[in-house]
Amino acid sequence: MGIDKIKSMKREDFKDNEYIDKLVDELNATGANVVVGKMDELINWGISNSLWPLCFGTSCCAIEFMSLGAARYDMARFGFEVARNSPRQADYVMVQGTIVHRMAPVMRRLYEQLAEPKYVIACGGCAVSGGPFKNSYCVVPGVDQILPVDVYIPGCPPRPEAMFYGLMQLQRKIKVQKFFGGANRKEKIEEFFAEHPEERGEIG
Amino acid sequence: MSDIKEIIGKICPEATFEDGECLLVSVPEKKWYPLAKSLKENKDLDFDVLSAVVGMDWKETIGVVYYFTSTSHNWGMLAVKVEAESRDDAYIHSVSDLWKVANFQEREVYDMFGIKFVNHPDMRRFFLRNDWVGHPLRKDYDANPELNPIRLEDEINEDDSRVFVENAEGKIVEEPRKVFEKDEYVVNIGPQHPSTHGVMRFRASLDGEIVKKVDVVSGYIHRGIEKLTEGMTYPQILHFTDRMDYMSAHQNRHCLCMCIEKALGLEIPKRAQVIRTMMDELMRISSHLLSFGCTAMDLGATTAFFYGFREREMVLDIFEKTCGARMSMNYNVIGGVIADLHPDFVKDVKHLIEIMPERLKEYHKVFSGNLIAKNRLKGVGMLSKEDAVNYAITGPSGRGSNWSCDCRKKHPYAAYGEVEFDEILLDGCDSYSRYMVRMKEIEQSCRILEQLVDRIPEGEIRAQVPKIVKLPAGRWYQQVEASRGTFGVYIESTGEKTPYRVHFQSPCFNLVGVMDLTCSGYMIADLITIGAALDFVIPDIDR
Repeated sequence: MGIDKIKSMKREDFKDNEYIDKLVDELNATGANVVVGKMDELINWGISNSLWPLCFGTSCCAIEFMSLGAARYDMARFGFEVARNSPRQADYVMVQGTIVHRMAPVMRRLYEQLAEPKYVIACGGCAVSGGPFKNSYCVVPGVDQILPVDVYIPGCPPRPEAMFYGLMQLQRKIKVQKFFGGANRKEKIEEFFAEHPEERGEIG
Repeated sequence: MSDIKEIIGKICPEATFEDGECLLVSVPEKKWYPLAKSLKENKDLDFDVLSAVVGMDWKETIGVVYYFTSTSHNWGMLAVKVEAESRDDAYIHSVSDLWKVANFQEREVYDMFGIKFVNHPDMRRFFLRNDWVGHPLRKDYDANPELNPIRLEDEINEDDSRVFVENAEGKIVEEPRKVFEKDEYVVNIGPQHPSTHGVMRFRASLDGEIVKKVDVVSGYIHRGIEKLTEGMTYPQILHFTDRMDYMSAHQNRHCLCMCIEKALGLEIPKRAQVIRTMMDELMRISSHLLSFGCTAMDLGATTAFFYGFREREMVLDIFEKTCGARMSMNYNVIGGVIADLHPDFVKDVKHLIEIMPERLKEYHKVFSGNLIAKNRLKGVGMLSKEDAVNYAITGPSGRGSNWSCDCRKKHPYAAYGEVEFDEILLDGCDSYSRYMVRMKEIEQSCRILEQLVDRIPEGEIRAQVPKIVKLPAGRWYQQVEASRGTFGVYIESTGEKTPYRVHFQSPCFNLVGVMDLTCSGYMIADLITIGAALDFVIPDIDR
């Protein structure tokens, strides 16, 4: 698959994701309003082409993410290049590496600090399921235990190409979402947090 | 060795000796501190480097094995075994006032085993949350997840610490301490901060812009590797080493394989030895290039980052062709290496060696000679040779303080005995020296590769290894020179196919221990550059 083809993201190049196909069908089941639908398209076009990541790497995957930022893989081609250090300026968090018990509250807070609309990518075996450390006493077996995850990228660590593929899946997902009316992804996030409540301790 | 026995026997008549891989001295807890003092201060012994502190649970008793080396005498390692008197209320005297490196090491042992160190200045947990129930590496640890669920609330009372001291009647009592006083101005850096090179958290107390004290809060990537190894067979535990210091994946795995091979008494084929040596050096080049790029990026020099990564990709391509992966290569196995070299290997390595000198010149032009880089790195983060030895700072950071600590020279392993290379020593003792040692080590690594690339012997790549690897009962300690310093592996076996205890002594653990010393008295902005020049990798610290 040539690079030019990836960039244009033609549908025939990505006919492999049943989940997104299902999502599109679901969203279009009741049809789309002409005016609002166009506004959605415009917003989605903007968001999907300027996704700014939050630098959040705990281990090996973070180094591959740095390779992504360097000249050879150059994620700037897709609009991902502005890696932010503050969650308030970022669009999505790409969890690169193992999340352990001590990190869990920090991770949750970082997610809450992200501005809407926000997305989560679980990158690498550890973030997906705990990876090789799944049986450990202090590893969170998959970041989806504490955050609603949009895209999973397997690998240990995933190759930069795999990371691009995952990021593009996120772009596709964004391209079909609806801000005005219709199915609303925010509801799903609220559902998730109702199932995973946070016990607030007293802050001393 | 008999000299040591004689001298120690005179100081501590209760000591018993056990010959093995290295001399093991067992002392009762009550006599431990006086013996430790003599080991350090007696000029005939002069064991001034505390290489490893290994907490142990022998089921009936619980205790610590200390490994010492000496910079002045050439008598290898000395192990000292100290058992606590009681299992449930375990106390051992702290030696953190003699060897500063023991400060964090003993906190780790407390965290994992619950052994309290008497007179330790700051007896808090190190890796786990302060509300954690139990001590995971104890054999009687209750792993019920209901005791320690995933807590999403913050830790409270982070400033509370304590010391255990002996009172006038000889009873041990607990005294509360505060890490920071109420009126101190404390700035929190991390755990999610781009310049801490991972998820390290520092709490710095400031006086204006000057750092007064740095409190290191670790454990944000503690995965409990040492506990996991206890339930796995030897070939299964190998892959963890690639994921600790992922920038020294080959060296770490080499070390664990060597330790197992030593216990099995395996002879490694010459070809495998040379391949391992070359892979180690390629890994070192890639690590130092990343370190160069990140140091530059921490100072805002993005171009240098791209330059460093450009050549690093070449090294990764070499790895990928032979090992099948860019990172986490999983290449070394017990007895040799898993696959033979790719046909392009020699050509690619030669190409790398050929272009490297030119590229290094480029790096120096764009960064090393830059006025900003010099101002930010020179004379900053001073670490004297004495402190480097006392804190056991090995690797490029130790050699930047003029301490000759290179394992490849001290006790050559693999093919290092047959190649010529210089141990780079600089006496600047500052961040710039540490940085320059790395740059010069790239040249030396190229030199090693150049000597080996045309002399890779033919033959087997793997020795014959039994289908089920069972180590005889005993304990082994093996060190190699990883990219960031001396990496050690301790294995204790009871003759089963799973290890009884595995301990990884990582160089970065000691590097972060020196942050308080090197940052105090400098600006808060220097904390970032000092960290960058020390170049620690966090998953290596937390394991």
